[in-house]
Amino acid sequence: MQIRQLEISQNFSRLPQTLLFSLRNHLEIWATVIVILAAATFMLSRGTGFSITLVTVFAIWAMLAVSLNLVLGYTGLLSVGHVGFYGIGAYTAAVLTANPRQELLEGEIIQIFAWPFFAALPVAVLLCGVVALIVGVAFSRFRDDVYVLVSFGFAIIAYNVFVNWQWVTRGPFGIHQIPKPVIFGYTINDDLEFLLLTLAFLAIIVGISWLIVTSSFGRVLKAVREDEDAIEVFGYRSSRYKLAIWVISAMMAGLAGAMLATYTSFVDPNSFILLESILLVAIVILGGLASIWGSLLGALAFVLLEEGVRFVPFLPPEHVGQVRQIILGTLLVLLMLFRPQGVAGRFKL
Amino acid sequence: MTAQSQPERVEEHADASPLLELSDVSVHYGAVIALDHVSVQIHPGEVVALMGPNGAGKSTILKAVMGMAPVSTGSIRWRNDILDSPTHEIVKRGISMVPQGRRVFTHLNVEENLELGGMHVRDNAERNRRLDAVMDFFPILREKRRDPASAMSGGQQQMLALGRGLMSSPEILLLDEPTLGLAPIIVSEVFQRVTEISRTFGTTIVLVEHNIRGALNIVDRGYILDKARVAFEGTPKEIEDSDILTQVFLGREDDED
Repeated sequence: MQIRQLEISQNFSRLPQTLLFSLRNHLEIWATVIVILAAATFMLSRGTGFSITLVTVFAIWAMLAVSLNLVLGYTGLLSVGHVGFYGIGAYTAAVLTANPRQELLEGEIIQIFAWPFFAALPVAVLLCGVVALIVGVAFSRFRDDVYVLVSFGFAIIAYNVFVNWQWVTRGPFGIHQIPKPVIFGYTINDDLEFLLLTLAFLAIIVGISWLIVTSSFGRVLKAVREDEDAIEVFGYRSSRYKLAIWVISAMMAGLAGAMLATYTSFVDPNSFILLESILLVAIVILGGLASIWGSLLGALAFVLLEEGVRFVPFLPPEHVGQVRQIILGTLLVLLMLFRPQGVAGRFKL
Repeated sequence: MTAQSQPERVEEHADASPLLELSDVSVHYGAVIALDHVSVQIHPGEVVALMGPNGAGKSTILKAVMGMAPVSTGSIRWRNDILDSPTHEIVKRGISMVPQGRRVFTHLNVEENLELGGMHVRDNAERNRRLDAVMDFFPILREKRRDPASAMSGGQQQMLALGRGLMSSPEILLLDEPTLGLAPIIVSEVFQRVTEISRTFGTTIVLVEHNIRGALNIVDRGYILDKARVAFEGTPKEIEDSDILTQVFLGREDDED
């Protein structure tokens, strides 16, 4: 009897160690459970309307994260320029669909197209592809830290175009009254319907990404990530593969941008600053490099953090933004120290 | 292959035109001269070693052939045609390289690594046939086909690198230091496999080696490089009979001046 009690007390005393061990070895499972439970609790406590908003915002970030992971995780190209394509997608959709006639400033002339969303969407996606192709021809010669620098340059240029190309983008005023999508004469005004549409696009992006990473094309991307010179010896032109995945990824980001534009019905350059790109890189790294599931998890955790911090008691609203960034930064540092491949990742940065 | 059988093979190739020929090739990296007017001829079916001290230019010869080194003078010919294709085109012409340090893709499994070696074979059936042939030749690769390359030992990774190099069914296989960093028992196995590759597949082999003794046991001819130039060329017996190895590795008397 005494021995049994001793065993139990020993087991209890080892509990923290056992838990820590389990947490380290099964971080992916633990993180998945914790994030999903947190999301569920949060949504239940805040009600349906809030839940729909949360999941819609998640879906847009998830599209971005999954698309960036193709470039950053699978191919090993650390790009901080993704926000540029997100912005190009958003602005193209905004410019082509908006009808801001009433709110134009005196003397301001901008072209008004007032296209339906589903006509503008393919243009937004294709334009991102074309811009990515032009930029990528130069970029695909680079790798490693130089890639970070040139992609940084792209993000800065894109932002400056959004701010200064005023007769198209209306500069800092932004573009308002971006209409909701219309399918066969039916306007998707309802939040739940819009959420389903966004989730459908997310599913398409996840599906395409999954097909890519499990194909022979994806295998070459992973090989490029590991050893770009070696892959050339076996007859692969690594720059072509880098260019191809860059263009595909940019088009996905463009789609996310277009969805953002119609969702918020307003775009301005502030949504596409470099910090957004850095946050996105953080999501992909936190979730896990070369893991589509990791990117979905990372995006969900990020959106929870974004929204959750607002409801922390005694936290003055003006500090919410800073607290978010401190938490995200701390998480990133901790993960790089103890789990450099991210929660669900296969590769280290 | 024994040293005694080698002179016959050399005579066999003496009249044939070379498969691969470097004539007067120089490679400069800025002010550093990596190759200084080097000429090398490789005949079909031969096993040839490129040997010499560190920095002599052995690996640079292979890099120059693969389009990975800036050739400033001379020419490289493949079957009498000038070989100036970019690196990714070279393998399609029948030249395959097994790079130094094995360079297997550790996050991919064994089979995926092998398949990457035979990418330009569009026909699936043909690619599978080659995969089978390579796995027959290296049974360990069949055994571990689903394992990640990172889970293999150094020797097994070298077998994988050799197998991957064979996936393109090359006419010539360029091996850059295949025994580097391996245990002695594995080194002799690698040399044995290289000989078997030459016999089984009839592949011409150029071997860059620092293990002179091991290399001389299996090659038909050898080039001794020193200070970016060819210092000696001959059969293993000619190399052993001369004092070139002593001169190159231990220094000449006039070097002290």
